[in-house]
Order: sequence, then C-alpha cells, then structure tokens
Amino acid sequence: MPADLNWAIGGEAGDGIDSTGKIFAQALSRAGRHVFTSKDFASRIRGGYTAYKIRTSVDQVESVVDRLDILIALTERTIDENMNELHEGSVIIYDGERTTMQDVEIPDEMIGLDVPLKSLAEDAGGAIMRNIVALGAACEVTNFPIENLDESLEKRFKDKGQAIVENNKKAARLGQEYVAEECDADTDYDMETTDNDYVLLNGNEALGMGAIAAGCRFYSGYPITPATSIMEYLTGRLDSYGGKVVQAEDELAAINMALGAARAGARAMTATSGAGIDLMTETFGLVATSETPLVITDVQRSGPSTGMPTKQEQGDLNMALYGGHGEVPRFVVAPTNISECFWKTIEAFNLAEKYQTPVFLVSDLAMSVSEQTFPPETFDMDEVEIDRGKVVDEDSISDWQNEQGQFQPHFPNADGVSPRAFPGTEGGAHMTTGLEHDELGRRTEDTDIRIEQVDKRQQKVDTAREEEEWDYREYGEPDADTLVISWGSNEGAMREALGFLEEEGTDVRFISVPYIHPRPDLSDEIDAADEVIVVECNSTGQFADLLEHDTLTRVKRVNKYNGVRFKADELAEEIEAKLGEPTEVEAE
Amino acid sequence: MSSEIRFTDFKSDKQPTWCPGCGDFGTMNGMMKALANTGNDPDNTFVVAGIGCSGKIGTYMHSYALHGVHGRALPVGIGTKLSNPELEVMVAGGDGDGYSIGAGHFIHAVRRNVDMTYVVMDNRIYGLTKGQASPTSREDFETSTSPDGPKQPPVNPLALALAAGGTFIAQSFSSDSQRHTEIVKKAIEHDGFGFVNVYSPCVTFNDVDTYDYFRDTIVDLSETDHDPTDYDDAKSAILDADKEYQGVIYQDEGSVPFDEREGLSEPMHDIPDGAPDDAMDLVREFY
Ligand SMILES: Cc1ncc(C[n+]2csc(CCOP(=O)(O)OP(=O)(O)O)c2C)c(N)n1
Ligand code: SF4
Ligand SMILES: [Mg+2]
Repeated sequence: MPADLNWAIGGEAGDGIDSTGKIFAQALSRAGRHVFTSKDFASRIRGGYTAYKIRTSVDQVESVVDRLDILIALTERTIDENMNELHEGSVIIYDGERTTMQDVEIPDEMIGLDVPLKSLAEDAGGAIMRNIVALGAACEVTNFPIENLDESLEKRFKDKGQAIVENNKKAARLGQEYVAEECDADTDYDMETTDNDYVLLNGNEALGMGAIAAGCRFYSGYPITPATSIMEYLTGRLDSYGGKVVQAEDELAAINMALGAARAGARAMTATSGAGIDLMTETFGLVATSETPLVITDVQRSGPSTGMPTKQEQGDLNMALYGGHGEVPRFVVAPTNISECFWKTIEAFNLAEKYQTPVFLVSDLAMSVSEQTFPPETFDMDEVEIDRGKVVDEDSISDWQNEQGQFQPHFPNADGVSPRAFPGTEGGAHMTTGLEHDELGRRTEDTDIRIEQVDKRQQKVDTAREEEEWDYREYGEPDADTLVISWGSNEGAMREALGFLEEEGTDVRFISVPYIHPRPDLSDEIDAADEVIVVECNSTGQFADLLEHDTLTRVKRVNKYNGVRFKADELAEEIEAKLGEPTEVEAE
Repeated sequence: MSSEIRFTDFKSDKQPTWCPGCGDFGTMNGMMKALANTGNDPDNTFVVAGIGCSGKIGTYMHSYALHGVHGRALPVGIGTKLSNPELEVMVAGGDGDGYSIGAGHFIHAVRRNVDMTYVVMDNRIYGLTKGQASPTSREDFETSTSPDGPKQPPVNPLALALAAGGTFIAQSFSSDSQRHTEIVKKAIEHDGFGFVNVYSPCVTFNDVDTYDYFRDTIVDLSETDHDPTDYDDAKSAILDADKEYQGVIYQDEGSVPFDEREGLSEPMHDIPDGAPDDAMDLVREFY
C-alpha cells in the first residue's frame, strides 16, 4: 500500500465540488495528516467539468501525481476525465439512482460503490447534503475516522446554525453506514492520524498574508482569474490594519491607484493575470522613472490572449523581465512554493522600498489554487523584517535639500538610491515625472543629466546585486552529472521526481531558482554538469534562454542612451577603444 | 502656517513654456490662488498632472506632484488621497487626457466621489501633439487629422458627470480670473469629487473656440436665477447645447465622500517594524 492516498471529488461546476473537497482536506489536516490539493476547473460558474483533488500522507506532500485511488464522481464525465489516473483497485463512489448515472459502467478492475447519495441526504434533512453523504462514504472506504470530519463540518456550517451542522454530521454517518453495511469494499487503506496541528492554505492566500505581514496598506486590482483570490483575501482583512482594498475600473487604473498610494508613502501592491499585465505595462516605466516602490504581482495563467484562463503556464517571464517600452530597471522575484509565496512577498516589499523601484512578483496558477498543509511556525511572524529604505522626515530633510532649500528626490547618490519624503513632510514638496528629469524631478533633455539619471536608476539594481542575497535552493545529488534547473512552482514536483529518478538509477542535482532578475550566477554549476536541463511551463523555454545567455561567451558592448543617434566618426572611435579591453564575464 | 501662504508659494522656479496667451496661464493662476485661499500649502498638497500642454502644470507649480501617464492622472490621485486623506489632492489635465484616453477613469472617478478636485483645461483641441481633434472639438472643426471636421458630436463632459452621479459639477473660463478662482475654490471646499471644466483657449491651434468667442457667449450662472442645488435646474443648464455657462452648475449638498464613507482619515504611511502584533492570528485562520 502506498504511503500517500489520492482522492478526488468531481462533477459539474456549480455542484459544490470546491467546498466539499475543502471540507475533506481540512478534516485530514485537522487529523494531523499532510495534504496537497489541486483543482481541475473550467472558467464557467455553472456547466463544465470540475474536480478537487487531494493527495494526503503523514509526510509533507507538495506535488500531484497521475494516480487516483478514490474518486467521488457526481457525473459520468468525471470518470471519463480521470480514466488515465484511475488504476486497478481504485474506488469510484457514485449515485446510481441519479438519472444521468444509471448507465455508468465501472471497469472490472476497479471497485464501483453505488451509494444513493441523494436519497440518504434527504433522509438526513435535504438533498443538498449529498456531497457530505459521499464524504462519509469516503471515510469508510479509506478507514478514516469520521469524527475528524465533524470539526470541519462545524467550521463550514456553524454560521448556518447548529441544526444544519447536526444534519450534515448525520448525512456523513448515513453515507458511512451505507458503505459499511451494503457495499463490498474491502480496502486496506491506513489513514494514520497524528497529533500535529497544520494550517492549510493556497499560494494566493500565502501571498496575501505576506502582504499584510509586510505592512501593505493599499491594494488595488481588477478581477481576473487566478489573481482575484488575492484581492478577496485582502478585502476585509487589510481594513482591520488601517488599509484599503479598491476594486478599480480596469488594470490601467489599478496600477495607477497603487502608484498614487505608494507615492503617498503607503506600502502598495496590485496583482493581476493574463491580459491584465498587458494593460499595466503602460505604467511600468513611470513606476521606475518616478522611483516609486511598488509590488506588481502577476499570477501567470495560460496565454496568449485569453488563452486557457483556468490553466497553468509560466509564459510571462519575458513580460516581467522586459515589459514596457524603453529600459525599465526592476526586480523580478518568483516564489518556488506555497510557503515562499509568503516570504518572497515580504522580500518584494522590502526590495521595492529599499531601492524605490518596481518589483515583479511572479507566481502562477498552479500555486495559486493548490492548498498545502504546513506547521504554523512555517509562517513565524516574529521572523518578519521590514526595511523601508531611505525615508526622510522633517528633521533630516535639510540634509537632502540643495542650496535653494529644494528637496532632491532623485539625487544621484553613489548607490543610486535617493532619499524619499512622504507628501505632508514639511520642506519636502517636489514633483516627479515619467519624463526624464533632473535631481529635483524637473523635466530635462540635457544629455549629461539624462545619462546621470539613467545610470542612477540602473545603479540601484547593481547595488542590490551586490548587497542582497540572490540565492537558490538545491536538492538531490550535489555531484551528479545531470543538472536540472527550474523556476517558480515546478519545485515540488521536481523534488519528488528526484526520488523516482533515483529509483531508476539516475542521479540528479536540482537547482530551484526564485530570483529571475537579478538572478544567481549559475555559470560554474552549469559548467560542472555534463547535461543541463531547464524545466518550465512554457513552450519556448524563456528561462532556459536566460541561462544560455548568462553562460555565453561575452561580447563587448557599445551603448548610447543620451537621446542622440550614433554618429559615424564617434562609432569608429568607440569601437577602436573597445579593442583589446577584456570582456567582463558576469551573470546578471 | 496657512495664514502666511501666498499663491506665489505654489509657483515653481520653472518658467512656463506655454505659448504666450495660452489659456493655461490663467487656469493655473486661479488654481494656485484657490489652493492658497483654502488654507493649503505646498507641503500638504499633491498635484497629479496629465499629459498634454495642460499637463505641464505639474512642473510649473510647486507642491508634491506627479506627472504621470497620458489619461491616468485620476487613478493616481485617488490612490494618493485614499492612502493619505490629510492631503489636498488636485488633478489637472487636458480634454484629450480626461475625456478621450482617460474617459473611463473620468466616469468612475465621478462615481467614486473621493474628496479631491479635478480641473480639466478644455481647449477643445490636442495642443501638445500640434492640433488634432479632441473629444470636445466641434463637429465641423477642421484639423490635420480631420480635414472636414471630426463628423462626430463633441462629448458633453458636464452631462457625463451628471449621468455618472457627480456631486459637484462646474465650469469656468480661464480669463475671468476672479470667477475662475472662486469656482475652483468651491470645488476644493466641496465634500467629494469637485469637477471643474475650464475653458482654457489654445491660441495656436484653435481659431474657433477663442477668447472672443467665449467672452461673447458665456453666461454667468451667478447672474441668473440658477439654483445649483436643484438637480432639474442643473440638468436643463447642462443639456442646453446652445450656451456656454460658467459657474457652479450642480452641487449635491448632502454629498458624503467615498473616503469618509469608508472610514478613511489617517495616513497609511506609518507601519510597524515587523509583522503586526496579532499577525499569528492570520495564520491560525487556516487551521
Ligand atoms: C499613450 C499615449 N498616446 C499618445 C500620446 C501622445 N499625446 C500626448 S498629449 C496628447 C493629447 C493632448 O491633448 P489634451 O489632453 O487635450 O491636452 P492639451 O495639450 O490640449 O492641453 C497626446 C495624444 C501619449 N503621450 N501617450
Ligand atoms: S499649443 Fe495651445 S494649448 Fe499648447 S501651449 Fe500653445 S496655446 Fe497653449
Ligand atoms: Mg486639449
């Protein structure tokens, strides 16, 4: 018997699949078992197949496998959709009394349990509880003590009154008893329970919680799957910390509102997916040139255009890195698992304020909808550190005024970072603009100042490259000939894959990279390996391109960005000057 | 401090590069006077400017200011005001900025009724891009991109504002300095979104909506029996396409701004050095 159990409930969107699955996942978590959930769903609210899947074990689980042991099928299509995951001995619980399920054929090698879910639910007080009857049946099949279900039923239904809670408990027991008495389902699953207390949350919840922990006070967004649940999480909660969530009229407004809030000194964030990030692109450059600290979250989904809105993809890496016309200095951070969605969000806010520049926090659909159990101390709030960077107040502002007493918001310090005065600070009034500007924020086309300001903004990224840690997570066999590299949410699946590969006799060194720009220099690691394989959820290998770029033989560079085109004689001179200079080999 | 504030304190050391005679000079002067007359000073004022000749105002005024992306000034102002309601937030831009590329934001800013002021410097032309039709250009107004006129009726921004639930709708004329200042001052004092469409002539690219035209046609509502608190009065004035009005056209005296309804009054910029004290409760919610 495998140590993990794979369970699912599936049916039509609108059948309450999600909430039923969540009740079971919480029951497992409360019983001290680890859980990792995933969802198959269509973007329609009603109609279309949807499923909630749970993988559970006493050990930590952080990925899904192509194997389904127990399936509650509310529709025939649910069985078809999962046929490739079902195997010999899989249990399928269904209601043969349902008109659409009467002709269901369960393959011989599987165990079909025909349970009158609806009739039993009616006996317990209402047909609406048929999914709960199914949960009770599942408890019996998996030998999972049904008492563990009671607590999560209480949690889910207590707002509706104790009578409803009791009815649901009864419904679960009717399902359990029916299977025990009427069905021949002799399985030997061992659903060991422990005394551990776990919390169960998804990547977007972890990200939202990270934002609150980091002191985020302003969030503006426009609904789009799968980013919306960040806004839903923050709504209500942010208010109780003196903050505000605003539903904007579109993503153009969302990013500009967040920008306005950040200029006022609030820690601010916006989040979006798909086409939403395209609309926001317009403002990336303004965030960077006005040197405004802003966290821009992209929960990637399948594109291009409307693509497959409820499906996974890591296709926006180039957008996060290069989006926006002109050259926009920025940081790109991509959490590699659900708990990192929490910690990297906090880091993103600190980077944004320390370096007064946009930080792209790049997550993805898979992480946003999957829930995972963690010991609560994974999110130890005492470990949270806040760094607001160079903020000046009434007393220190004179250090940053020029001889005319004007505050210099874009003063070109050696590290590239200027002082920041929140509006309302006496003596700090200043403007800033998306136009090229001088140290006072006043528009200019002076070629020397242009170069000074471009360099200053870029210097912030260079300073951060030196001063911050751009590390990676490493797993597997350090001396293996094969090196696998991935970014974002592939970490969990790849970690488990290492075990399968080892069983086959293949040793692998695995590097999981959470920083895209700046990113760790992997040249030595890549050199040391015979084979390097880059794993990512997109068709062209956007991260692979970057790594190839990092390890290329270096070319020398001639650049000009003062607003004047190249002139022939000047070019000849520049090229002459470059000859004989050593090339710098240095990864981003 | 406010008693010592003069309107010239709101002037920056940059000399405006507007064409001599541009209406924007008068529009800006009135805004600076209105700010000073309402007890504001540059350190508590946040100006958001659009993109256009009009948008240069952010550079010529002295205050905390952001000169942003074409058409997006209003959302910036909303974000600033909500996260620090103690600031005086004033947004200014052109007719193209506000009623074309930013039209969506205009409607929703009016609906949201945040306590701020929005001044549109309406010259019925795209000035900065050298004379193309704007959404307020006349139907037969000939420009480089509309040789026979845009052949679409101009938008009526005041009607848009009224339809969107506007609580303060006014119009002024940049060369009537005293009335313009008074009207902007009322917009600042209004509890909610104070919207003023200012006739601010472009002397270079618009030879029909000129100073003379406005001087000859403008009707000052304060010299009529117009009652700005009367919705029907406002509606008939706004829908009267034959007249150019100046004055406060509509004011909802019962307006409660969004920020106040949402209980926002404190600046959001101060946060603790670490996670909030009770932050572990957020984790426990996931048991
Ligand atoms: C996204 C974008 N599109 C186009 C432009 C070019 N542009 C700059 S100002 C402007 C129109 C300005 O007209 P208006 O808002 O009426 O301001 P005015 O110059 O008349 O004061 C345009 C189209 C731009 N800056 N950004
Ligand atoms: S072009 Fe028109 S709007 Fe622009 S500065 Fe000149 S007069 Fe003013
Ligand atoms: Mg104009």
